[in-house]
Amino acid sequence: MRVAIVRTPLDPSALLAEVAATAHGASVLFVGTVREVNEGRAVGGIEYTAYESMAARELDAIVAEAASRFETDAIVVEHRIGALAVGDASVVIAVAHPHRAQAYDASRYVIEELKRRVPIWKREAYVDGTREWVDPTATRTEVAP
Amino acid sequence: MTITALLFASYAEAFGRDRMELEVPDGSTVGDFLQRLRGMDREGRLPPAPLIAVNERYARQDRVLRAGDEVAVIPAVAGG
Repeated sequence: MRVAIVRTPLDPSALLAEVAATAHGASVLFVGTVREVNEGRAVGGIEYTAYESMAARELDAIVAEAASRFETDAIVVEHRIGALAVGDASVVIAVAHPHRAQAYDASRYVIEELKRRVPIWKREAYVDGTREWVDPTATRTEVAP
Repeated sequence: MTITALLFASYAEAFGRDRMELEVPDGSTVGDFLQRLRGMDREGRLPPAPLIAVNERYARQDRVLRAGDEVAVIPAVAGG
Protein backbone atom coordinates (compact mmCIF):
# COMPACT_ATOMS: atom_id res chain seq x y z
CA MET A 1 0.00 0.00 0.00
CA ARG A 2 1.25 3.48 -0.79
CA VAL A 3 -0.29 6.91 -1.20
CA ALA A 4 1.23 10.21 -2.28
CA ILE A 5 0.25 13.79 -3.02
CA VAL A 6 2.58 14.92 -5.80
CA ARG A 7 3.30 18.00 -7.90
CA THR A 8 4.71 16.22 -10.93
CA PRO A 9 2.90 14.47 -13.82
CA LEU A 10 1.46 11.05 -12.91
CA ASP A 11 2.60 7.86 -14.61
CA PRO A 12 -0.33 5.38 -14.54
CA SER A 13 1.65 2.48 -16.02
CA ALA A 14 4.28 2.78 -13.29
CA LEU A 15 1.56 2.44 -10.62
CA LEU A 16 0.10 -0.56 -12.43
CA ALA A 17 3.54 -2.20 -12.47
CA GLU A 18 3.94 -1.44 -8.78
CA VAL A 19 0.91 -3.55 -7.75
CA ALA A 20 1.46 -6.39 -10.25
CA ALA A 21 2.31 -9.82 -8.80
CA THR A 22 1.85 -13.38 -10.06
CA ALA A 23 -0.55 -14.10 -7.17
CA HIS A 24 -2.96 -11.56 -8.63
CA GLY A 25 -5.30 -12.55 -11.42
CA ALA A 26 -6.72 -9.06 -11.78
CA SER A 27 -5.36 -5.52 -11.85
CA VAL A 28 -7.60 -2.46 -12.07
CA LEU A 29 -6.19 0.91 -13.05
CA PHE A 30 -8.31 4.04 -12.53
CA VAL A 31 -7.12 7.30 -14.06
CA GLY A 32 -8.99 10.54 -13.35
CA THR A 33 -8.30 13.27 -15.89
CA VAL A 34 -9.15 16.94 -16.32
CA ARG A 35 -12.27 17.18 -18.47
CA GLU A 36 -12.66 19.87 -21.12
CA VAL A 37 -16.24 20.76 -20.15
CA ASN A 38 -17.87 21.07 -16.72
CA GLU A 39 -21.55 21.89 -16.38
CA GLY A 40 -21.62 23.27 -19.88
CA ARG A 41 -18.61 25.57 -19.50
CA ALA A 42 -15.42 25.10 -21.50
CA VAL A 43 -12.54 24.39 -19.12
CA GLY A 44 -8.96 25.43 -19.93
CA GLY A 45 -7.32 23.92 -16.85
CA ILE A 46 -7.66 23.22 -13.15
CA GLU A 47 -5.59 24.32 -10.20
CA TYR A 48 -5.62 21.74 -7.38
CA THR A 49 -4.72 22.69 -3.83
CA ALA A 50 -4.69 20.51 -0.73
CA TYR A 51 -4.29 20.45 3.02
CA GLU A 52 -1.37 18.25 2.19
CA SER A 53 -0.54 16.60 5.49
CA MET A 54 -4.17 15.78 6.22
CA ALA A 55 -4.86 14.71 2.63
CA ALA A 56 -2.06 12.17 2.79
CA ARG A 57 -3.24 10.95 6.19
CA GLU A 58 -6.88 10.63 5.08
CA LEU A 59 -5.91 8.91 1.83
CA ASP A 60 -3.78 6.51 3.82
CA ALA A 61 -6.75 5.69 6.07
CA ILE A 62 -9.00 5.08 3.02
CA VAL A 63 -6.48 2.72 1.45
CA ALA A 64 -6.13 0.82 4.75
CA GLU A 65 -9.94 0.48 4.91
CA ALA A 66 -10.06 -0.80 1.33
CA ALA A 67 -7.23 -3.23 2.03
CA SER A 68 -9.01 -4.76 5.00
CA ARG A 69 -12.46 -4.73 3.42
CA PHE A 70 -11.42 -6.27 0.10
CA GLU A 71 -8.44 -8.30 1.31
CA THR A 72 -5.56 -6.97 -0.71
CA ASP A 73 -2.52 -4.91 0.19
CA ALA A 74 -1.78 -4.21 -3.47
CA ILE A 75 -3.22 -0.68 -3.61
CA VAL A 76 -1.31 2.42 -4.73
CA VAL A 77 -2.82 5.92 -5.05
CA GLU A 78 -1.28 9.16 -6.25
CA HIS A 79 -3.08 12.51 -6.46
CA ARG A 80 -1.50 15.39 -8.29
CA ILE A 81 -1.86 19.01 -7.16
CA GLY A 82 -0.84 22.29 -8.77
CA ALA A 83 -1.82 23.58 -12.20
CA LEU A 84 -3.13 20.87 -14.52
CA ALA A 85 -4.15 21.16 -18.16
CA VAL A 86 -7.12 19.51 -19.86
CA GLY A 87 -6.32 15.82 -20.35
CA ASP A 88 -3.76 15.68 -17.53
CA ALA A 89 -4.20 12.87 -15.01
CA SER A 90 -5.17 14.23 -11.58
CA VAL A 91 -5.51 10.92 -9.75
CA VAL A 92 -4.35 7.36 -10.37
CA ILE A 93 -5.49 4.32 -8.39
CA ALA A 94 -3.93 0.91 -9.04
CA VAL A 95 -5.33 -2.18 -7.33
CA ALA A 96 -4.42 -5.84 -7.77
CA HIS A 97 -6.19 -8.84 -6.28
CA PRO A 98 -6.38 -12.58 -6.98
CA HIS A 99 -9.93 -11.97 -8.30
CA ARG A 100 -11.50 -9.23 -10.42
CA ALA A 101 -14.62 -8.49 -8.37
CA GLN A 102 -12.65 -7.41 -5.31
CA ALA A 103 -10.15 -5.48 -7.46
CA TYR A 104 -12.99 -3.45 -9.02
CA ASP A 105 -14.72 -2.95 -5.67
CA ALA A 106 -11.54 -1.77 -3.92
CA SER A 107 -10.78 0.70 -6.72
CA ARG A 108 -14.33 2.08 -6.60
CA TYR A 109 -14.22 2.36 -2.82
CA VAL A 110 -11.00 4.37 -2.89
CA ILE A 111 -12.18 6.93 -5.48
CA GLU A 112 -15.60 7.42 -3.87
CA GLU A 113 -14.16 7.92 -0.39
CA LEU A 114 -11.40 10.16 -1.76
CA LYS A 115 -14.02 12.45 -3.29
CA ARG A 116 -15.98 12.49 -0.05
CA ARG A 117 -13.23 12.91 2.57
CA VAL A 118 -9.82 13.96 1.27
CA PRO A 119 -9.18 17.71 1.69
CA ILE A 120 -8.31 18.64 -1.87
CA TRP A 121 -9.91 21.51 -3.77
CA LYS A 122 -9.95 22.60 -7.36
CA ARG A 123 -10.35 25.92 -9.05
CA GLU A 124 -11.40 25.67 -12.66
CA ALA A 125 -10.09 28.17 -15.16
CA TYR A 126 -12.57 28.59 -18.00
CA VAL A 127 -11.60 29.46 -21.53
CA ASP A 128 -13.58 32.71 -21.18
CA GLY A 129 -10.96 33.86 -18.64
CA THR A 130 -13.01 33.40 -15.45
CA ARG A 131 -12.08 31.09 -12.56
CA GLU A 132 -14.19 29.40 -9.91
CA TRP A 133 -13.73 27.07 -6.96
CA VAL A 134 -15.61 23.84 -7.58
CA ASP A 135 -18.22 23.01 -4.95
CA PRO A 136 -19.71 19.56 -5.53
CA THR A 137 -22.26 20.18 -2.78
CA ALA A 138 -23.70 23.31 -4.37
CA THR A 139 -26.96 22.88 -6.20
CA ARG A 140 -26.95 24.44 -9.59
CA THR A 141 -29.34 27.29 -10.16
CA GLU A 142 -31.29 26.76 -13.33
CA VAL A 143 -32.20 29.83 -15.33
CA ALA A 144 -35.91 30.01 -16.07
CA PRO A 145 -36.76 30.12 -19.79
CA MET B 1 -5.22 30.15 24.88
CA THR B 2 -3.97 30.43 21.33
CA ILE B 3 -5.47 28.36 18.51
CA THR B 4 -4.09 28.26 14.99
CA ALA B 5 -6.75 28.55 12.32
CA LEU B 6 -6.01 27.15 8.87
CA LEU B 7 -8.08 28.33 5.93
CA PHE B 8 -8.16 26.77 2.50
CA ALA B 9 -9.33 27.45 -1.05
CA SER B 10 -12.40 29.73 -1.16
CA TYR B 11 -12.19 30.37 2.60
CA ALA B 12 -8.56 31.50 2.37
CA GLU B 13 -9.67 33.94 -0.34
CA ALA B 14 -12.59 35.21 1.70
CA PHE B 15 -10.38 35.96 4.71
CA GLY B 16 -7.42 37.16 2.64
CA ARG B 17 -5.04 34.71 4.33
CA ASP B 18 -4.58 31.01 4.89
CA ARG B 19 -3.51 31.01 8.52
CA MET B 20 -4.09 33.05 11.67
CA GLU B 21 -3.62 32.82 15.42
CA LEU B 22 -6.78 33.32 17.47
CA GLU B 23 -7.10 33.89 21.23
CA VAL B 24 -10.05 31.99 22.73
CA PRO B 25 -11.02 31.34 26.37
CA ASP B 26 -9.83 28.07 27.93
CA GLY B 27 -12.40 25.32 27.46
CA SER B 28 -13.63 26.70 24.13
CA THR B 29 -15.16 24.23 21.71
CA VAL B 30 -14.90 24.06 17.94
CA GLY B 31 -18.34 25.75 17.88
CA ASP B 32 -17.05 28.66 20.02
CA PHE B 33 -14.04 29.01 17.76
CA LEU B 34 -16.32 29.15 14.70
CA GLN B 35 -18.42 31.83 16.37
CA ARG B 36 -15.24 33.86 16.79
CA LEU B 37 -14.19 33.30 13.20
CA ARG B 38 -17.64 34.20 11.93
CA GLY B 39 -17.23 37.64 13.51
CA MET B 40 -14.34 38.22 11.11
CA ASP B 41 -16.18 36.88 8.05
CA ARG B 42 -17.31 40.12 6.46
CA GLU B 43 -18.38 38.52 3.20
CA GLY B 44 -20.42 35.84 4.96
CA ARG B 45 -18.63 33.06 3.10
CA LEU B 46 -18.67 30.51 5.94
CA PRO B 47 -21.65 28.15 5.84
CA PRO B 48 -23.59 27.48 9.09
CA ALA B 49 -21.65 24.28 9.81
CA PRO B 50 -18.44 24.04 7.81
CA LEU B 51 -16.30 20.89 7.94
CA ILE B 52 -13.67 21.16 10.65
CA ALA B 53 -10.49 19.22 11.30
CA VAL B 54 -8.54 19.48 14.54
CA ASN B 55 -4.90 18.44 14.20
CA GLU B 56 -5.60 16.85 10.80
CA ARG B 57 -8.64 14.80 11.88
CA TYR B 58 -12.29 15.65 11.23
CA ALA B 59 -13.92 16.92 14.41
CA ARG B 60 -17.39 17.82 15.65
CA GLN B 61 -18.57 21.22 16.87
CA ASP B 62 -18.68 20.08 20.52
CA ARG B 63 -15.02 19.07 20.52
CA VAL B 64 -13.15 20.92 23.30
CA LEU B 65 -9.98 22.64 22.10
CA ARG B 66 -6.58 22.75 23.77
CA ALA B 67 -3.86 25.37 23.53
CA GLY B 68 -1.84 24.96 20.36
CA ASP B 69 -4.51 23.00 18.48
CA GLU B 70 -4.51 23.48 14.74
CA VAL B 71 -8.09 23.96 13.56
CA ALA B 72 -8.67 23.69 9.83
CA VAL B 73 -11.82 25.10 8.26
CA ILE B 74 -12.50 22.93 5.26
CA PRO B 75 -14.59 23.98 2.23
CA ALA B 76 -16.52 21.29 0.34
CA VAL B 77 -13.81 18.94 -0.90
CA ALA B 78 -13.42 18.41 -4.63
CA GLY B 79 -10.55 16.01 -5.21
CA GLY B 80 -10.26 13.39 -7.91
